[in-house]
Amino acid sequence: MPFAVSMSGICKRFGAVTANDHIDLNVLSGDIHGIVGENGAGKSTLVSILYGFYTADSGTTEIAGIPYTHNTPADSIAAGIGMVHQHFMLVPNFTVLENIILGHEGYKQLSKSMDQARHMLSSLSQQYGLDVDLDAQVGDLPVSLQQRVEILKALYRDARILILDEPTGVLTPQETNQLFDILRALKKQGVTILLITHKLREIMAATDHVSVMRGGRMIAHLQTADTTPDQLAELMVGRPVQVQKQWHKANKGAAIVSVKDVQLTRSKTQNLLSDITFTVHAGEILGIAGVAGNGQSELLNILAGIIAPTAGHISYHDHHIDAGNPADPQKIKSLGVAHVPEDRHASGIVLPFTAAENAALGYEKNVSGGYGHAFLSPQSLRARCAKLMQRFDVRPADPNLKSSLFSGGNQQKLVLAREMSATPSVLLIGQPTRGVDIGAIEFIHQQLIDMRDKGCAIILVSVELDEIMSLSDRIMVMNNGRIMGLVEQATANVKDIGLLMAGVQ
Amino acid sequence: MRKPLPAWVDISIMPLINIAAAFVVAGIIIALIGENPFTALAVMIKGAFVYKGALGYTLYYTTNFIFTGLAVAVAFHAMLFNIGGEGQAMIGGLGIGFIVLSLDPILPPLLVILLAIPVAAIFGAIWGVIPGWLQARRGSHIVITTIMFNFIASSIMVWLLAGMLMAPGQMSPETRHFADGVSLMQIHHIGNALGWPMARSPLNLSFVIALIAAVAVWVLIWRTRLGYIIRATGHSEKAVIYAGHDPARIIMIVMAISGGLAGLMALNEILGVQERVILNFTSGYGFTGIAVALMGRNHPFGIVLASLLFGALYQGGAELDFEFQTITREMVLMIQGLIILFSGALALMFVPAAERIYGKLASADRSSDTRKGEQNG
Repeated sequence: MPFAVSMSGICKRFGAVTANDHIDLNVLSGDIHGIVGENGAGKSTLVSILYGFYTADSGTTEIAGIPYTHNTPADSIAAGIGMVHQHFMLVPNFTVLENIILGHEGYKQLSKSMDQARHMLSSLSQQYGLDVDLDAQVGDLPVSLQQRVEILKALYRDARILILDEPTGVLTPQETNQLFDILRALKKQGVTILLITHKLREIMAATDHVSVMRGGRMIAHLQTADTTPDQLAELMVGRPVQVQKQWHKANKGAAIVSVKDVQLTRSKTQNLLSDITFTVHAGEILGIAGVAGNGQSELLNILAGIIAPTAGHISYHDHHIDAGNPADPQKIKSLGVAHVPEDRHASGIVLPFTAAENAALGYEKNVSGGYGHAFLSPQSLRARCAKLMQRFDVRPADPNLKSSLFSGGNQQKLVLAREMSATPSVLLIGQPTRGVDIGAIEFIHQQLIDMRDKGCAIILVSVELDEIMSLSDRIMVMNNGRIMGLVEQATANVKDIGLLMAGVQ
Repeated sequence: MRKPLPAWVDISIMPLINIAAAFVVAGIIIALIGENPFTALAVMIKGAFVYKGALGYTLYYTTNFIFTGLAVAVAFHAMLFNIGGEGQAMIGGLGIGFIVLSLDPILPPLLVILLAIPVAAIFGAIWGVIPGWLQARRGSHIVITTIMFNFIASSIMVWLLAGMLMAPGQMSPETRHFADGVSLMQIHHIGNALGWPMARSPLNLSFVIALIAAVAVWVLIWRTRLGYIIRATGHSEKAVIYAGHDPARIIMIVMAISGGLAGLMALNEILGVQERVILNFTSGYGFTGIAVALMGRNHPFGIVLASLLFGALYQGGAELDFEFQTITREMVLMIQGLIILFSGALALMFVPAAERIYGKLASADRSSDTRKGEQNG
């Protein structure tokens, strides 16, 4: 039987970086084939080449045994390759039907093509068990359904090979299982699926074969049934890693953060946050779990003073802040609260700045000016940065290097170093390991546990449930801007938290 | 394979390539009308630097460009495109007029001059900060508002100079002359007084003020906390909010500084040369400042060099117009336009090609290195 996809000797360089170094990949027809690897391992580059976003520098691709040179995504769609991107490519104010036919309208007269598409799609969704209301506005649909729209869109274009790039990042555990059910149904109909992910649990649950990538190279091809998560993790990182829980019990201190009845309204009818009340103690990590976009980001920004709540009170130690008298980030900082923001690239650092400049962002006043208060001396910026880089093992340890040239993990370590160097009594941290390699993840987690042990109160927001569960003393689950429940570490389990994330109490 | 250019190539070689391309096109056009482009170039260079007093004139134009170029650059570091240098300079000149005309009968000239300098900056700053406020607090785009403010400034000038400020007993829209001694000293006077004979030229002390302004801008942008926040605002407003600053406030501060620099341009024309307020003394220097800033890569040092080039073009161009019958003033404007086109609007045109060539050179270098390595190994 010919392979559905057969790539051999694929090379792709971006400037000095070799993203793909002689990659061979064979995917059996009708297989669910996983590709795992850390951030920057070259997975996305490889599938982008397959989908026609990039052209390989060298190497050949065969689709179903036929040599294939494509240049654009349009060529790939014509060859039966469909892709569901990590960030959906949908027009929010179009209906499902309009989104699906976009680019494939067929007739000049829109109503005619809509009728035809409606007919085809109803048979498609029956065939694969993909139920979506074709007339719903995409913007109103939950993310899991938007993802189905993306899959339908690919199938409508006759995709026989479906690429899914990190499809579960936005799903609850239950929704993830539903997605895998859909994938199995597709497989039964002979669709070949390429699943790109960094989550080993999902590889084990969903795939037949798995390919492991590391540093731009293909490391191993394995039958999923013959492997274990530990083996995959070791292959991904190149050395044994501990996947077990780092959490251990610690001594809780006094309550130092208290949030009461916090609300945030966008319009008269829409509440982004309602009735948020909780406390956090010294020496405790409170994990906030939830599918992305359920109010966690807004809550974190309110706690950091970046946005003002519509109503409610927050207190740090003995300092009270209420909605009528909101605090700004500088004020919050002066209360001993540090903040590692969720979107590192937009907020946490200024990408074109040097590491030395970023190491002072928000703490410019603490850097000696050289000549006086208004000045900022490059020497002291560099010295400060060099110290932080050494303490947090940031590589390369070059304060003059542009921040955009550091890997995600090292950028995050720099942000963490900056915030922790202020020895805060409260740390707000969002997505601490997004886009961060496994080595750095271990390091960052260890830092958080150490800080907690020293008596810092940590509020941790993450969409990675594994991360929340392995670090938090208590887990607060949010859905649609409300607190769905608080779970103690001892009694936490994925199923219950997953239901709370989905809004089922 | 393309490879990003190192900073020194980007700063030194690329502008030279752009200027060369502009001169080639201009040379072709001059050849087409039947003149020798090389003779023309020689006349231009002599006219700008060699003839008696030429250098003084060149530096006098340079002064205007330094001020307006710096104004554009400061705003650009916060990603604000201040097109309003022209209007800000006019209002700066108006400020000089107000202060001098009202105080020169009662105060000694030196004191009036010392007051007029900050007033020029303050008036320009006010004309910059209003669009800044509109952008920061009301979301009106700075490009649109600054353009509109140029028109408003121009109309105000006509209204005042043809009205309440017009000198009595004559017909032109201009104020009376300032009192004797109320002017920035011209450099040839200073030179002659010190025993270095110099040819007469309008070059005056505002050139020194312009150079001080360039150094001050460098310090502001790269050596102060405010400059750090300004640059951060230009790259990521979110990061600035996260760091605890108000980007709206920064935008207004930046526009005040930018407008103030543009306002200082009036020192050169009004207090240095005209010694009265006249209409249209800005004659497009504010707009050319955009090209100067682009060419100088928004760095004060680059801006001083680009200003020198544009100063030379203005002065050398005037000489060209004078020496050749066939080359008219419009022709000279066209050459200046080509320089602006190539170094401003088309500044990045040659970059991909240069990156490709650089990539080839770099990889050739590397492969010869590895070959050497293999032989040695």
